[in-house]
Amino acid sequence: MSRIKQVTDNAKLNNRKLLIPYLVSGDPNLASTLSLMHGLVKAGADIIELGIPFSDPSSDGAVIQRGVERALAKGTQLKDVMSLVRQFREKDESTPIVLMGYLNPIEYMGYESFAALAADSGVDGVLIVDMPPVESGELHGILKSAGIDTIYLVAPTTREARLQSICGLSSGYLYYVSLKGVTGAAISDYGEIEANISRLRAYTQQPIVVGFGIKDADSAKAMAAISDGVIIGSALVDKIALLADQDSQDNADIVRTTEIIGLARKAINDLI
Amino acid sequence: MSEQESSQSQFDGPDLSGHFGPYGGTFVGETLIAAVEELAEIYGKLSKDEDFWREYDYELKHYVGRPSPLYFAERLTAAAGGAQVYLKREDLNHTGAHKINNTIGQALIAKRMGKPRIIAETGAGQHGVASATVAARLGLECHVYMGADDIVRQAPNVYRMKLLGANVISVDSGSSTLKDAMNEALRDWATNVDNTYYIIGTAAGPHPYPQLVRDFQCVIGREAREQSLEQIGRLPDALVACVGGGSNAIGLFHPFLEDEEVAMYGVEAGGLGIDSGKHAAPLSVGKPGVLHGNRTYLMSDEGGQILETHSVSAGLDYPGVGPEHSWLKDIKRVNYVSANDEEALAAFHQLTRLEGIIPALESSHAVAYGMELAATMKSDQNIVINLSGRGDKDIETVAKIEGIEL
Repeated sequence: MSRIKQVTDNAKLNNRKLLIPYLVSGDPNLASTLSLMHGLVKAGADIIELGIPFSDPSSDGAVIQRGVERALAKGTQLKDVMSLVRQFREKDESTPIVLMGYLNPIEYMGYESFAALAADSGVDGVLIVDMPPVESGELHGILKSAGIDTIYLVAPTTREARLQSICGLSSGYLYYVSLKGVTGAAISDYGEIEANISRLRAYTQQPIVVGFGIKDADSAKAMAAISDGVIIGSALVDKIALLADQDSQDNADIVRTTEIIGLARKAINDLI
Repeated sequence: MSEQESSQSQFDGPDLSGHFGPYGGTFVGETLIAAVEELAEIYGKLSKDEDFWREYDYELKHYVGRPSPLYFAERLTAAAGGAQVYLKREDLNHTGAHKINNTIGQALIAKRMGKPRIIAETGAGQHGVASATVAARLGLECHVYMGADDIVRQAPNVYRMKLLGANVISVDSGSSTLKDAMNEALRDWATNVDNTYYIIGTAAGPHPYPQLVRDFQCVIGREAREQSLEQIGRLPDALVACVGGGSNAIGLFHPFLEDEEVAMYGVEAGGLGIDSGKHAAPLSVGKPGVLHGNRTYLMSDEGGQILETHSVSAGLDYPGVGPEHSWLKDIKRVNYVSANDEEALAAFHQLTRLEGIIPALESSHAVAYGMELAATMKSDQNIVINLSGRGDKDIETVAKIEGIEL
């Protein structure tokens, strides 16, 4: 059984909502990202989404763009992200890692090499923002053969006719985009999100987690109440921006930076 | 539609999913999928709607001032000492470049879709001006994204857009140039998708943009083909056009693709020289990848990060290229070559002095290569160079390079 399935099955069994932080690999440097990943698990993360830096992140808002720019300034490339996962696995065998990013770095590495290296490094899932199902056939197949889940997005604009095929393709979990816009924007309408998620339930048994615009414990709680879990990205990357660019971070700084995840965990657990 | 285009041909692409061979496609985030699908459906209908094309043709004739002349450049011909040199005068269009052929068409689509707000990206400002112009003409709200560096380099065009009532938004992320303006326009579109139409300025982006921009620019090649038959008595032996994203080039080339006797040359920006790495020539030295919605040749480092480009002409300063050009390169129907900054500047002066026509720096790249090519051809051969825009916007740049204070 895949790590993602283990975690999500377990959560379902225990009535636990999933908490999935997103951070950019190499922001402010790779050693700090590694410390942050372990810190996030301690704070209550179930799965970690690890961003692959890309020069042109056209679906991301300003906060994540700046995180990506910091990582690229340090020369962080896809192969470094793989090494990071491998290092993380030395101490953590159970927390699933999902790589999230844009297609071009993967195109340049080559699909086969990417899938082989990802599997070997301990990656569990992949979410490519600019690779909708219509373009994903080849890479999806290669990842599946390598035992890696491909996670897809559903947006408020997704037409009914496509829901079934997206739900059928997505493995691991389904990522529901809470709003029309980019990462870090403001959510306006919880009612619409709730209605859309219940529509999705007709097509999938998989966990439906919500991302984009969840900025604190309160919004995490409100969103978790109507879904199977939440993704917190920009709000965490905003805290990471305050870290000094040094190889070794004080434990106190890691705790302070990941505090938002701990608070979200607590708020979500209160739901039960 | 000419007979040429209604018959079955390998050049009828893209296929139904928007691919030209392995290139093109729909590589955008889920939020935008419905919007591009809707546009593809609507354009699929409009492309066969005679009323739509009648309205488009009317605008081209009465507002843009088409057809543009195919001008025999006698003194350039003498200077080249080879083929007879003709210039397709897109510089004479309203707003001074070929860009308006496309913005008119897309704004008419926006109007039919009932979208009151249009957005556009711009590098040199030409597409921004052309978008702001048609927005004023049709009473649409217009927002133009432009790199912060380009805003400084192209101040007159920024003011032009403002005069036309557009809101110019400075983009200071990434390298603060055209590609970043395009990222920001995509972000805006995802946010305001319900009421907004995105007018992409070149034959690139997600399907159906490469197709519809090409179709709107094909008026260049259709006219050039008819004018050649009328003025020369036969088709030209060679076509030359500059390639940034490649909309003027695909517009000239496409109606001739099936004419095997017509050779075609797309001229990329060689910048400080291909070997220097400071250029904008993805077809000459790049590798296929995915950016801004399509798979195409890109300038990218080994890790897949998009590289910053360099060209004296802001309009060619883009790390990608339209996907149909990538395919035409692979099947060897079009030759892709480059002209560097210095060669383009020399051609800028040569055309200005010999013919009294000040060309855009973008078009100067085509003139530079075209003159070189003409010199190798015989005097009974003919060459058509696409003069995609006029150079008034560039005189400050040229003066600055040459140390002249205006």
